[in-house]
Amino acid sequence: MSILQMPKVDEVVLSKKDKIVSDLKEIINSKNVLHHLDELRPFETDALTAYRKMPLVVVMPETVDEVSKILKYCNENKVKVVPRGAGTGLSGGSLPLEDCVLMAMGKFNKIIEIDYENRCVVTQPCVTNLAITHAVQDKGFYYAPDPSSQIACSIGGNVAENSGGVHSLKYGATTNNLLGIEVVLMDGTITRFGGKAMDAEGYDFLGLMTGSEGLLGVITEVTVKILKSPEIVKAALIGFPTIEDAGNCVAEIIAKGCIPAGCEIMDKALTKATNDYSKAGYPTDAEAIMIIEFDGTEHEVEAYIQKVKEIAEKNNSSSLKVNKSKEERLKFWAGRKAAFPACGVLAPDYMCMDGSIPRGKLAEVLNEITRLSKKYDLPVANAFHAGDGNLHPLIMFDANDKESLRKCEEFGADILKYCVKVGGALTGEHGVGIEKRELMCEAFNDKDIQQQLTIKVALDPNSLLNPGKVYPILRKCAEEGRVHVHGGKTKFPDIPRF
Amino acid sequence: MSMEEKQNSQTSLDFNQNVFKPSTREEIVEIVKNCFKKNIPLEINGLKSKNKIGRNFQSEKTLDLSNYSGVIEYKPEELYIKVKAGTPIKEIVEQLDKNNQQLAFEPNDFGYLFNGESNSGSIGGVVSCNFAGSRRFKVGSVRDHVLGFQGLNGKGETIKSGGTVVKNVTGYDLSKLLSGSFGTLSILTELSIKVLPKPETSKTLIINNPHLKKALSYLGQSLSSSTDPSGGVFYPDYFGKNFILNDLTYEGGLTAVRIEGPTISVDQRIDSLSKELGLLSQEISILDTEQSNIFWNRTKNLEVFKNLKSNLLRIVVPISETLQVIQKLKSNDVNYFIDWGGSLVWMAFNEINTKILNETKQIVKKHHGYYTIIKIEEDLKASADIFTIDPIKYKISEKIKRSFDPKRIFNPGKMYTGI
Repeated sequence: MSILQMPKVDEVVLSKKDKIVSDLKEIINSKNVLHHLDELRPFETDALTAYRKMPLVVVMPETVDEVSKILKYCNENKVKVVPRGAGTGLSGGSLPLEDCVLMAMGKFNKIIEIDYENRCVVTQPCVTNLAITHAVQDKGFYYAPDPSSQIACSIGGNVAENSGGVHSLKYGATTNNLLGIEVVLMDGTITRFGGKAMDAEGYDFLGLMTGSEGLLGVITEVTVKILKSPEIVKAALIGFPTIEDAGNCVAEIIAKGCIPAGCEIMDKALTKATNDYSKAGYPTDAEAIMIIEFDGTEHEVEAYIQKVKEIAEKNNSSSLKVNKSKEERLKFWAGRKAAFPACGVLAPDYMCMDGSIPRGKLAEVLNEITRLSKKYDLPVANAFHAGDGNLHPLIMFDANDKESLRKCEEFGADILKYCVKVGGALTGEHGVGIEKRELMCEAFNDKDIQQQLTIKVALDPNSLLNPGKVYPILRKCAEEGRVHVHGGKTKFPDIPRF
Repeated sequence: MSMEEKQNSQTSLDFNQNVFKPSTREEIVEIVKNCFKKNIPLEINGLKSKNKIGRNFQSEKTLDLSNYSGVIEYKPEELYIKVKAGTPIKEIVEQLDKNNQQLAFEPNDFGYLFNGESNSGSIGGVVSCNFAGSRRFKVGSVRDHVLGFQGLNGKGETIKSGGTVVKNVTGYDLSKLLSGSFGTLSILTELSIKVLPKPETSKTLIINNPHLKKALSYLGQSLSSSTDPSGGVFYPDYFGKNFILNDLTYEGGLTAVRIEGPTISVDQRIDSLSKELGLLSQEISILDTEQSNIFWNRTKNLEVFKNLKSNLLRIVVPISETLQVIQKLKSNDVNYFIDWGGSLVWMAFNEINTKILNETKQIVKKHHGYYTIIKIEEDLKASADIFTIDPIKYKISEKIKRSFDPKRIFNPGKMYTGI
């Protein structure tokens, strides 16, 4: 396990564990307060498994009132709280702290209302992303954002991380498909932002909360919009002799006005791994393969596919296959979806990075990744949500080898810094969490970060809700000379650091 | 900044003037820093197309950003345009036209309403007000198209968030928070806006129908169909005469549904929608792209309320509530039309007083919606709530305001007293 600096452990809180446990048992059903070591173990990490920490105690509230009471209690007693949904996050947003109450929202697992007239679903936050689609698909509707973990990830977690998915170019990420939330602030205040009426007036707290990674409030209810399923869906599987050709092809398709529902590019390393692992049947001679999907009415989709064929040929495509049946289309995707586990076979561990870049910089960034792979002597394979410029390099390493993990972390950081350098972002859809926390100084300067911290302080003055996530811990940043500290004094001495 | 610009910025700033009209970022920073130091409240303006919306408030000076204008970077293939905040929407649209692209959120043009002629405003103003046009239910609001911004907080410090890529979850999404904040949190200086290709064809199915209930049912069915409409409005009888077009000779109330995309699919979708709605050929007209664009421009421009003398409310409710809300409000002397496929009602009150306003507020609230007063008689403006808010959100808003603008120098009181 890597050494990652986390907020200073509050020894007083640790020493009062028994009292805190008994107090919490007064607030909620005592069965829902877990504090024995063996009970806590399942909560020690999320999907960023390289980092682990046992929480002080786990609470599993069942109602919004319980959430409110627990937060109020923790706020008054200065106990840190880490919220957790399904625990599938890839950036360590739910990593517990030694002195924290881990608030596991698993019991909020029911859909509250399906409202076809207003085309929305009101649900508790720990319902899975896919369960929403399952609940409405018999009437021909679906929920558009589809993160790859959709079978397991919770909708509340999706809101906290502003999750995307392969269809986000056309349909947007969570923030664009969200109508309202009920949220509890650290002081126990219960409030609602947004609702079934669009664009609630006043400051857009719904937008602010979305993607705030559990630092501003605990989400207790979610209203999302649902869409009518398209009449037909068609995909093409295209091979290219070079990454450049594939990148140029996507850029041209989009510039010509064809907005695909999904568009993925995989490099040769990943294609090979996937073919070996899942017999995906992808062309083996291609340096890059592209899966591009359109949805809509039959004529519309045909028109787009025809255009794509022309543009692909112009960009030197070496093969092109359009699915003839639904099964064939699903097979195209099955390979892509198996890509991550396929890497799992090649190495003991892999770290999935999540940078966002301008589409036009794909070839440049991939060349840099290849260079870095040689420098760090760690293999890498690349998957790319090409439509919206979201790159997922998978770095293969061995977590039991400290040196290998260190190299992997540095390699990943170098990739993300390069993404920022070419005009992209540190994270497209996984969130900052702890994973990219120290890199925030690459994307933002001191003032930008301070502005964001003042918002945090406005809503959580004692910095008790999910501290240590997203924003760099000052000492580390100052050591690296990124945060400007003058004469040993920080710019905003009244603002607590975390 | 060039030497020449530097000299200009140092010489052109006279703090005795009441209206600042900076043309460089450095000047804006200097103005804000000074106002922060001296506690001088500022009214922030762009092209003044919407400055009558919001509460009246006391400001010592005006910051006019109309000279801080111009396209910084336009990358059609990356689907974004980066502009200075004072850039006119008109100029942006002209640039995008050259590449067959558009601002898909169709910002309302309030010029017709307030002055009888077009004034689509500046991009900074459009983002600050977050009033999206007819595609709202399909493509999202203005805020959904803001990829990133640079601005100044109330101390004159530069702040930024987002970038130019679509997918970015790095830190809090301040672009959203500032959209619709009516210039009360930050001065936006540069904005990166998502642009999208124009559809190959845009056609509109017009249903000749004067009945509200039937219209809402048509709109509901259309939006729930797989024909993927991008606009849905209802104009009652009295507005029919505003839409005399070659293919639309009928002058009564009408329901309109817009379908966009590749030509071949648009025809097919219009056909299947007509069938799905059970429409007879004599009940409908179909507008081709040119006429369709005229029709939706008039809607976007609120042209039926051109030079409106009376009061205008913008009422947003869940679609399921629209019928009841309108039926209850119709006892007043009102004219209205419906946009956003049924959930946005633009309602003009020929007569208004505090009692009517309070009743309207109660009715809208009961039906889970809200209203914003867009235009109101001056003598009522001081006492009326232009925007509505509950006490909890007021408290949070106060804290957020302080975190951006601790001395309350940006448009103080424009949205709410004390904010």
